[in-house]
Amino acid sequence: MLEIKNLHVKLAEEDKVILRGVDLTIGAGQVHAIMGPNGSGKSTLSYVLAGRDGYEVTDGSATLDGAELLEMEPEERAAAGLFLAFQYPVEIPGVGNMTFLRTAVNAQRKARGEDEVSAADFLKLVREKARTLKIDAEMLKRPVNVGFSGGEKKRNEILQMAMLEPRMCILDETDSGLDVDAMKLVADGVNALRSAGRSFLVITHYQRLLDHIKPDVVHIMAAGRIIKTGGPELALEVETNGYADILSEVG
Amino acid sequence: MALPKAKDDALAARLAVLPSLSDTGWLAAARAEARTRLSAMGLPVRRDEYWRYTDPASLVAADAPVAARFDAGDEAPVFAAIDRLKLVFVDGVFDPAQSDDLALAGVEIERLATAGATDIHWAQGLYGVLEARGQTPVHRPLAALATAQATDGVLIRVTGRAARPVSLIYVHDSDTSDAILHHCVRLEKGASLTLLENGPAAARFTKVLEVEVGDGAAFHHVRMQGRDHARRAATHIFARLGSDAEFRSFTLTANGRLTRNEAVIELAGPNSRAHVAGAAVGDGEFHHDDTVFVTHAAHSCESRQVFKKVLMNGAVGVFQGKILVKPGAQKTDGYQISQSLLLDEDSQFLAKPELEIYADDVKCSHGSTSGAIDETALFYLQSRGVPRKTAQGLLVLAFLAEAIEEVADDAIAEDIRGRLEGWLARHSAKAGT
Repeated sequence: MLEIKNLHVKLAEEDKVILRGVDLTIGAGQVHAIMGPNGSGKSTLSYVLAGRDGYEVTDGSATLDGAELLEMEPEERAAAGLFLAFQYPVEIPGVGNMTFLRTAVNAQRKARGEDEVSAADFLKLVREKARTLKIDAEMLKRPVNVGFSGGEKKRNEILQMAMLEPRMCILDETDSGLDVDAMKLVADGVNALRSAGRSFLVITHYQRLLDHIKPDVVHIMAAGRIIKTGGPELALEVETNGYADILSEVG
Repeated sequence: MALPKAKDDALAARLAVLPSLSDTGWLAAARAEARTRLSAMGLPVRRDEYWRYTDPASLVAADAPVAARFDAGDEAPVFAAIDRLKLVFVDGVFDPAQSDDLALAGVEIERLATAGATDIHWAQGLYGVLEARGQTPVHRPLAALATAQATDGVLIRVTGRAARPVSLIYVHDSDTSDAILHHCVRLEKGASLTLLENGPAAARFTKVLEVEVGDGAAFHHVRMQGRDHARRAATHIFARLGSDAEFRSFTLTANGRLTRNEAVIELAGPNSRAHVAGAAVGDGEFHHDDTVFVTHAAHSCESRQVFKKVLMNGAVGVFQGKILVKPGAQKTDGYQISQSLLLDEDSQFLAKPELEIYADDVKCSHGSTSGAIDETALFYLQSRGVPRKTAQGLLVLAFLAEAIEEVADDAIAEDIRGRLEGWLARHSAKAGT
């Protein structure tokens, strides 16, 4: 599904190289996790895939079902089925959460040549999905993420994911700032979306989240590269011994 | 004190091209007084303190600069869905053929020319009176000009609850039209009226609207200035509120080479509310100036000034807003916000917010900001599949929301949002900025 080859990325404004040849292939229905110390390039990888400004790809490619993501506008990537759950969801005063969701869903449908969802059907669908994530009607009425707690913001990300039904989901440190109960709620939301046709890339510092969202493959990233790949046991190893052993082992 | 010769000459040149008026009744006297005021002030020049950000040259020149008519046929006529009494002015001249009958329950409407010929009229206590009061401490010569030289206008007296809104429709026909109008509205105790205004009016438009809001009366005003690109306008609202009265005015300005909208509002009785708001969107050759002066002369009144401007491709926005709280106007609640969203680096916003407070138990706040669109929010929206231009439109409307919320009628507010969406879809900042 997602295929990243030899991806090199630097900051657009300065000569700081962040990704130094990332290779990663995620098959349909798989859940991959990327772990790594601060500054290893995990979040940059997620932003570059989603198309955020400020980065310059100097080499390599990233394709979703064979289509080159790096040449698309962010909205085209979304319409192609990519979704990034932000580490820091953005507050947008003045734009209602419901308006935002409906605009996004209909924009993607339009881009794919599908009809817009009727207002009534949309409302029904949102309410149903919101309920399972314990998002109340009040939160749907408020401006996007404005005045939301950390947990509410993350649940709102998962609600967007549920509404947009992407094929490739990237979760950037979705566990950061969450207590155990909130994390469980978010993880349940993600697990409910797991299917044979949908893949996940879970970026996290801690093994904790992976107790709830069980990965098929775990990668360790450091200094802009994936330095080790293994099964779920790799995450446990990090939890017990930290990154130091792996880093020194790879050199 | 005699005016400098240059000012004297400019005024003489301006007056020379205007039609001589042959009023006989009370109106002749009111006009003569206004002409005296005007002669003492002269027409505005750039050096005048409140014209520093807006060059009045094209507003005071003897001849109106040419302004082509613009066909706004790509959108539904303004206020079309509202059941209202329509009064149509073509290039500043009342057109009875296109207008409705002047009869409306709870309201008396007369044409200025007709009513002005009588010896005694209720409008004697209003026509030019609020304008004259509003000349202190800041001169507003173009308003005195409109009192002295208005060629048409309506006098509206509201005695009860107006059965329908009164809608003033200004049609621009000739490329060189130079329209001067003066309207008066008096709301008696407990009366209420919604006044709608729309249209570009003329190549150049000078206007005064005086509004006396009696005790417990409510005046709602919504104005959409026409989309003609080359038009110029200098408009003034002078309002005075009694006790427990309400005044709300909202103006949408899209396009226009030069627009100066002044509002001078006096809260003269306790427990009254005055809200004046505006949303302006401009692309390129666009200069838009809101100059607002709110005086709290009585206790326990609330005032709000909410002005938002979206500027691109070198457009210029100006805001000069003052809250004056007089001695004794305790428990005043004054709020003023002026903000601009600059969609490129060529556009600019010039703001002069002022507070002058002579009472000690008041709550007054003001803020002024100008900034670019939030790129992080833009990316967030795009990452959810919303195309960049649509996302920009959403964020711009969100920016304007606080001003549009000042429109009391939800259907009109929704209509305004729709028109702004359309405007935003038709205009964009140059690529790469």
